[in-house]
Formats: sequence, structure tokens, C-alpha cells
Amino acid sequence: MSEPYYKPEDLADFANIGEHSPELAASFFDYYGKATGAGKLTEREKALIALTVATVRHCPYCIDAYTNKCLSLGVGNDEMMEAVHVGAAMVAGDTLAHATQIRKIIRKKEM
Amino acid sequence: MDPRQQLAMLEIPSRRESFVERLKAIEIFPLCATGIEILQLNITRRCNLTCRHCHVEASPDRQEMMSEEVLAECVRIAHIPEINTIDVTGGAPELHPQLPWLLRELATTKKRIIVRSNLAILTEGVCQPFPQMYRELGVEIVGSLPDYTSERTDRQRGSGTFTRCITAIRQLNKIGYGLEGTGLILNLMHNPSGAFMPGNQSSLEHEYKRQLRERFGVEFNGLFVLTNCPIGRYLDYLISSDNLDDYMAVLASAFNPAAVSNVMCRNTLSIGWDGRLYDCDFNQMLDLVVNDGSPTHIGQFDLKRLSHREITVRNHCFACCAGAGCSCQGALDT
Repeated sequence: MSEPYYKPEDLADFANIGEHSPELAASFFDYYGKATGAGKLTEREKALIALTVATVRHCPYCIDAYTNKCLSLGVGNDEMMEAVHVGAAMVAGDTLAHATQIRKIIRKKEM
Repeated sequence: MDPRQQLAMLEIPSRRESFVERLKAIEIFPLCATGIEILQLNITRRCNLTCRHCHVEASPDRQEMMSEEVLAECVRIAHIPEINTIDVTGGAPELHPQLPWLLRELATTKKRIIVRSNLAILTEGVCQPFPQMYRELGVEIVGSLPDYTSERTDRQRGSGTFTRCITAIRQLNKIGYGLEGTGLILNLMHNPSGAFMPGNQSSLEHEYKRQLRERFGVEFNGLFVLTNCPIGRYLDYLISSDNLDDYMAVLASAFNPAAVSNVMCRNTLSIGWDGRLYDCDFNQMLDLVVNDGSPTHIGQFDLKRLSHREITVRNHCFACCAGAGCSCQGALDT
């Protein structure tokens, strides 16, 4: 069987994404650090947001990184699951909201 | 697992990065002491608890106790002007019958005296008078509380421990410990309840303060965050849960050169129950006495030679140099 595309050890390689474009990577990491660091929202709250986005986006690296970060920051297992349910509800909601397009087309096309 | 096996487990070359090589790469090898400001005394390995993360592998069955002769030597050395802090640890120091004598003698030095308490022990009958004695002598308390939830604390330290710790903190607050303006310091020590690194110290302190105040009405001064060192019972846990490789890789990838220059072993001397000298409590549990050439027993204490000794480092040292770095005084860079 061929190797999987996603390998856990590749997470550590994220720091090297600047290999062929160091300036852009530096700008990204600067932005990333500021966006995810404590501001008006706490680091803890932002970690939960990031974990939810990671799960919704199905990113195994980010799920790994932010589950660990949430654990490190003392976020409860129940809090993590509660946050992911917000993501799940949003995905369900935005899927259903798009059914408006289906209904609009049906209205237009059906006799 | 004996210390030699533990070291071997951490140093399998094909599976682990080498801490020594990392130090060489940043040109800080050998790592040398800068002096001795902190004297850390591990006076007993006996403890009322048997915590799953304990690097000392302390338990009620341990027999090691510092003798009166070694205690007296420690007191003599504590008077040396260069030393400004005496840090008493264990096991549970309260289980050493000579602790009151030791603290009274140390108090005559007028230096900062710290006792590391597991807190739960202060609720046990014979130990209930200790908080008052700590108060009289101006002892600073570092209390171990791995988490602000009972679930995670008890998972690590045994059922019912969290409630007893809260009872102890409440009693300490009652006599002024942990309250602003009293000068009676109660710091808490956090370490992760699992195979991951601790979070940012100030974020965790904020959450600990909020949770403990809102849910239990208790106060403390500051939170020290400690990365679990992959030795002792914590190493057993990492192996049995198949987390050792990942954990070592995480520590190595979080290696922070800036933390190395501030690491605690550079200004600390750790003294074992039998009077042997070590760079830190972790090295003590791995039987790594101070480097060859330095005196290795308190009976041959030599400030000049020990102050600039070469520190013995192995792969477990990644734990103190990962992320913000950590020490018995908490994160090195918050």
C-alpha cells in the first residue's frame, strides 16, 4: 500500500513552509501569531475557535495542533465538543440555507 | 524502571534527537553553572500520595529520609551568603519528622524559604499544625494542584485528592496565605494531566484564578507551570500509553535556545536525602550526580568548584528547554 498523503510528522514541517518563499511565510507567521494570540479574546477562546475551524475544514494537522493546544490551556473535553457542535450546527445550517437556491430554481422551473 | 533503564529508553539514537547535539549546535555545550543561589533539599521520598506523573516515584512505602547529620550540613551551607533561597521538597516534606527543626534553623538565615507541599497532606491529622508554623516562619508555599478540575487532578493524583487540596487552600487563605497584602505567599504548581505540554503560564494562571475563585472561593498568588519530565512514573505512563516517541518529538521540536541560558540548574544545587549533590531534582532521580571533578557529597561541599561546574545533561533536559522553558519556579519566559 502506498504511503498516506497525511503523515503526523509532517505537522512539524509546517514551520518550514517558507522554504521557497521566506518573505511571504514570514508575513504569514507574523499575522498568524497575532491573530491567534491573546487580544480582546483570550488565547483559550481563540484556541477553541481554531479547533472548531480545523474540524469543520477537516484539517488533520490543525486538529492535532489545536486539540493539544486546548488540552495545554486546560480546556475541558466537554468544552471542545461543545465548540465542535457549534461548527457542526453552522455547517448544517449553511447547507440548509443553500437549499433556498434549490427552492428558488424549483419555483422558477416547475409548472 | 531503574535510572539506567530510563536513561537508555530516552537515548535510543535512532529514535530520539540528542539534547547534547542541540546544545552543541547553538554553541552552549558544555552547559555550565553560573553560581549557586538556590539550595534545593529533597529531604524524603516518602509521600502520602502516589501520583501518576511523579518523577520521584514517591509513595507511602518509600523509606528514604535525610539524616540529622545531612540536615545539619544543609543548614550550615544555607548560611553561605551567595545562597538566597532554600527550597525544601520531597516526597512530602511534611512526612519528615525533622521538618519543624529544619525550618526553624533555616529561618535564622533570614533567606527565602520555600516548602513544596502536595496540599492534600495538610488536611491529615498530624500535619494540620504545619500551616501555622509556615506562617510563623514566613515560609513560602508552593502547592501542587495539577488542574482546576477535580476530574483531571484526581486522574493524576488519586480519587478525592482535589477536594482535599481545596480544603487545604481554604485553610491557608484563612490564615492569610495567598491573599494580597499579607506577604504570605502561596503559589500553585500546574503540570499537564496527559502527554502534552503545558499552555502559556499567564493564560493558565488567569483561568486557574477565575475558576478557583468562582467555584470554590479560594485565592492564591501565582501559578507555576511545569512541563512533565519524561522520567519516573511519567515515563512509565508515556511508554504504556504509546506516547513516548510523540512526546519526545514535541519537546524536541519546541526546543527554545533562549530557555537554555535561564534554565534552573545553572544557579541551583540539588541535595538528595543521602547528602549526594545533583544539578537538579530530575538528575537526582536518574542518579546523575554532579559532574566528575566536582565534589559529589555535601560533606565535601566546595562553593567555588560547584559554582562553575559543568552541568550533566541528557535527553530528559528537553523538558526544561521546551517552549517558554520551565523550572521549579515556573516558566522561564512568560
